Amino acid sequence: MEEVIKVENLTKVFNKSLTAVDHVSFSVKEGEIFGFLGPNGAGKTTTINMLITILKPTEGTAQVCKYSITRDANEVRNCIGVVPQEYTADEDLTGMENILLCADLYGIPRSESKKRAEELLELVEMSKFADKRVQTYSGGMRRRLELACGLVNRPRVLFLDEPTLGLDVQTRAATWNYIKKLKEQYNMTIFMTTHYLEEADNLCDRIAIIDRGKIIKLDSPEALKESLGGDILTVTTKEDDDFSGLIDKIPKVKEVKKQDSTYRVKVERGEETAPHILNTLMKNGVTITRLSLSKPTLDEVYLEYTGKTMREEEATDMFRQRMTLMRARH
Amino acid sequence: MTSENHNSKSIFHGFWALTNRDLKKWYKEPILLFMSIIQPIIWMGLFGRAMNIGAMLTNNPLVPPQIADELMKNTFGVSDYFSFMSVGMLSFVTLFTTMFSGMSIVWDRRLGFLNKALSTPVARGTIIMSKVLSAVIRSLIQAALVIGLALLLGMQLSSSFTVLHLLGVFAALFLMCLGLSSLFIAIAIRSARWETQMAVMNLLNLPLLFTSNALFPTSFMPDWLQTISKVNPISYGTDAARQLLILPTINASQLAMDFAFLSVFALVFATMGIVLSWKYLSK
Repeated sequence: MEEVIKVENLTKVFNKSLTAVDHVSFSVKEGEIFGFLGPNGAGKTTTINMLITILKPTEGTAQVCKYSITRDANEVRNCIGVVPQEYTADEDLTGMENILLCADLYGIPRSESKKRAEELLELVEMSKFADKRVQTYSGGMRRRLELACGLVNRPRVLFLDEPTLGLDVQTRAATWNYIKKLKEQYNMTIFMTTHYLEEADNLCDRIAIIDRGKIIKLDSPEALKESLGGDILTVTTKEDDDFSGLIDKIPKVKEVKKQDSTYRVKVERGEETAPHILNTLMKNGVTITRLSLSKPTLDEVYLEYTGKTMREEEATDMFRQRMTLMRARH
Repeated sequence: MTSENHNSKSIFHGFWALTNRDLKKWYKEPILLFMSIIQPIIWMGLFGRAMNIGAMLTNNPLVPPQIADELMKNTFGVSDYFSFMSVGMLSFVTLFTTMFSGMSIVWDRRLGFLNKALSTPVARGTIIMSKVLSAVIRSLIQAALVIGLALLLGMQLSSSFTVLHLLGVFAALFLMCLGLSSLFIAIAIRSARWETQMAVMNLLNLPLLFTSNALFPTSFMPDWLQTISKVNPISYGTDAARQLLILPTINASQLAMDFAFLSVFALVFATMGIVLSWKYLSK
């Protein structure tokens, strides 16, 4: 299949000191939904901004629709649609006026753009509100309007930057449905970023896990989960002694990781192996205070490859890094 | 299905759409227009009437009326200060409107609209010049309202005034606004902080006004101030408008100089705006 996006060693350094994207290479095939998954400040938006030609790479290059993002920026702009992280629709204009404005920026004649706008508004179920000012829209409605704006030039590649950021759970699920529907209707390639694991799991054909500007792992959600090689059993003991060796000897246990008095045990067929582990530990006089068994999720994948949970990430140093990034950008 | 819209696009596509977007915000919100008219009313009504410099001479028992009239004409070119100052108000209003045009690009950057526009094939120069044009159009409409108001409040037009003169006034104001708004947008082009922009505006607005002939003739200013006023575009815009609207005789060579200066000013700064947009709009 044809490669619609081809990225080679793409790098962005802000203010000569902050490396936001660090020699990233990957390619996206025609018709694929490709996701960039990572915490805030990992370099997702910076990558998107380079691919949509509004930020110049410090090093490396990329091709979108076979055009170079640095040399043929205008050709790239013609074949892509962009749905940015922020709500960019003009509050003072109506939904319809906003889509027509987007169409004008692509130089689409009014006779054609009017038809497309109506069709797109219909698809995202916004026809009723077409002539209402955006001020009166809810968050979900604004998202849908942004989606419609991003598609007005019938792009070959659609870029979605955090498409459901700040939406509640129900609206988020509804927005996923709209994205799927639009994808079906127009059959384009989608490049999206997200820091919601379930979003990546739900929408993407392939996921790149990105952390501190580097791609750590790239595969389909299923393969990523499989690569964990089984279920995860988490056991907390009362005693502080190290029982890793003991657990490791139990059949079907593949790996044991100890953190304080909690063990993350990677096992095959968790339901059957868990009782074995419990028995062994209890026979050796260990008191178990907590136990949980989980099927692999992207959360586990993320933990496996970055050594951190996403929540920890966001709470600590990433926040500072993000602030620095924002300042660097301005 | 995909990217079939490689049709005959001019490099100006999107120009009017972007201009109209800014104008719509303004005419859909009449309160904004109203507010921007209130300020010159206050200046003309209070400042122009209260600080009636003319009355110092004409209503002064120490000065014989004839001499007072001659003194006024000699100083301001006309015998009432209000007419003199009203034309200065045209510059004042347009200066303020063009200053705010820089703010609108800062907001577009903050709200993400600018990035979105930059990701479309619209020409970078178009993004900047549409902002300039919308500021110019707004300024000229406000100028028309100020002229109407001034006439109601007692501005005396010169006896030779014709519609052609009025067109000349707008031509001069057009050039002045084009240059000024290009200048302020160029200042704002990389900024994402409206606070900086406000500071720039506060720093520049009154000095620009006071170092021009908008409120007082420059011939009575100290030499160094006169030098500044000679490079201040407001002086030239105001002088052109004043000659065409109220002065009894037109000094043709001075008027030609006004237009020449304003044309160069507009051309230089508009070009600068476009060149900067290629370089600095995207980082």
